[in-house]
Amino acid sequence: MEGDVAARRMSLHGRDLVSIRDLSREEIVSVLDSARKMIPFAEGRPSTALAGRIVAMAFFEPSTRTRLSFESAVHRLGGSCLTIADAGATSLRKGESLYDTIRMLSSYADAIVLRHPHEGAARLAARASDRPVINAGDGAGQHPTQTLLDLAMIRERFGTLAGLKVVLLGDLKYGRTVHSLAYALAEFGSEIILASPEALRLPEEHREDLKHLGAKLRDEPDLDKAVRQADVLYVTRIQKERFADESEYRAVAGSYRIDAHTLREAKPELIVMHPLPRAGEIASDVDTTPHAAYFRQAFLAVPVRMALLQAILGPGRRRG
Amino acid sequence: MRELKITPIRNGTVIDHISSGLALEVLRILGLRDLHKDATVSVALHVRSGKLGWKDILKVEDVELTPRAVNAIALIAPTATISIIREYRVREKRAVDLPPKVVGVLRCPNPNCISNQPEPVESEFEVTSRRPAVLRCAFCERRVDDFAHHLA
Repeated sequence: MEGDVAARRMSLHGRDLVSIRDLSREEIVSVLDSARKMIPFAEGRPSTALAGRIVAMAFFEPSTRTRLSFESAVHRLGGSCLTIADAGATSLRKGESLYDTIRMLSSYADAIVLRHPHEGAARLAARASDRPVINAGDGAGQHPTQTLLDLAMIRERFGTLAGLKVVLLGDLKYGRTVHSLAYALAEFGSEIILASPEALRLPEEHREDLKHLGAKLRDEPDLDKAVRQADVLYVTRIQKERFADESEYRAVAGSYRIDAHTLREAKPELIVMHPLPRAGEIASDVDTTPHAAYFRQAFLAVPVRMALLQAILGPGRRRG
Repeated sequence: MRELKITPIRNGTVIDHISSGLALEVLRILGLRDLHKDATVSVALHVRSGKLGWKDILKVEDVELTPRAVNAIALIAPTATISIIREYRVREKRAVDLPPKVVGVLRCPNPNCISNQPEPVESEFEVTSRRPAVLRCAFCERRVDDFAHHLA
């Protein structure tokens, strides 16, 4: 379901969320504002905002925290879920197209949350469905609700998304979370500092896009220098399968590991973020420092997704 | 009087001002989709041109191009002009132009894109820049600027 441009600017009600680019800055701020108000409800205060509404969780690829936080968000708002948690259990195995599966699902639910291994799957689903589609990750493509919760974390700590120095660390080539986060940060006018091994640099295509937006963007391969300047240190997982051999992987992964010692010269207000799960990129001795923000970030997934679901599915602002 | 390297055609299409060396690519686009089996095709390679230095020309008898073919030519040979000939006269002459969306002409270069899977959709690209032409997949947002290798 793809809405017209004029309506897009007015309300999220009934709209798809496929890419973070689908949202204007004002719309992002409005979701983050209502996410903040959702926190008591995410912690257990009862709500009936989505009573009687059904949200389909179509997960064609394994995901634990994204699915569980979406399900939690729906339940906390008094709605209910239909879940496809395993593609093997669905008709996709029988050769049904995603298009047909989504058309069918859209007649059973009020909205569809989709995770799929192919890039562009959510855009296709949005065309197939006459109900709103929320992209919960399509292959190496977009994952806009992750970006929203990342922004929520930064804004909760700094009160703004502008004028910050944000270091993106690790796999900037394949890491899908960093591409949309960089895009959003550029829109809000924060400086983006890229710290990655040569082989995992941010692709040229994304650099050009960001520069086109007027992003303040630079490389700082020296981890210590990057840490000293940072307000936010956003760490991503470096995946073993991206390297030709194990020893190369270990050398690179080792040189981008964050521990309490790495943070010794950091600003006191620095926050360390990670989309989780971590696999050794952040040592556990960081957990007890005031810099650790990744567990709070994981919690914010629930109120952010609640805010988004309510904006898309709730009674909303009446138009016309 | 100048000697004509290719004789005039009665009815059909003349694609002129193709950058030198690209005529066979353009022919491939036409050959794949729009050519009637009885159509005569004349190809002139490396012809002197005031505008381009050297150019290629294609004449296809009894064929008027589909919009889809014109879009594909616009991608491969943006300098080309297309003349529709009826009864030896030029009835219509225009430069090729890219529409805002290019549908069904190219395959997405991303093998993992949903448009390359067995789904009931045509490939679709948004034109993000015209000179030089840069397109972005409407599904996976991958950029493509190397069109000859990605014709559908």
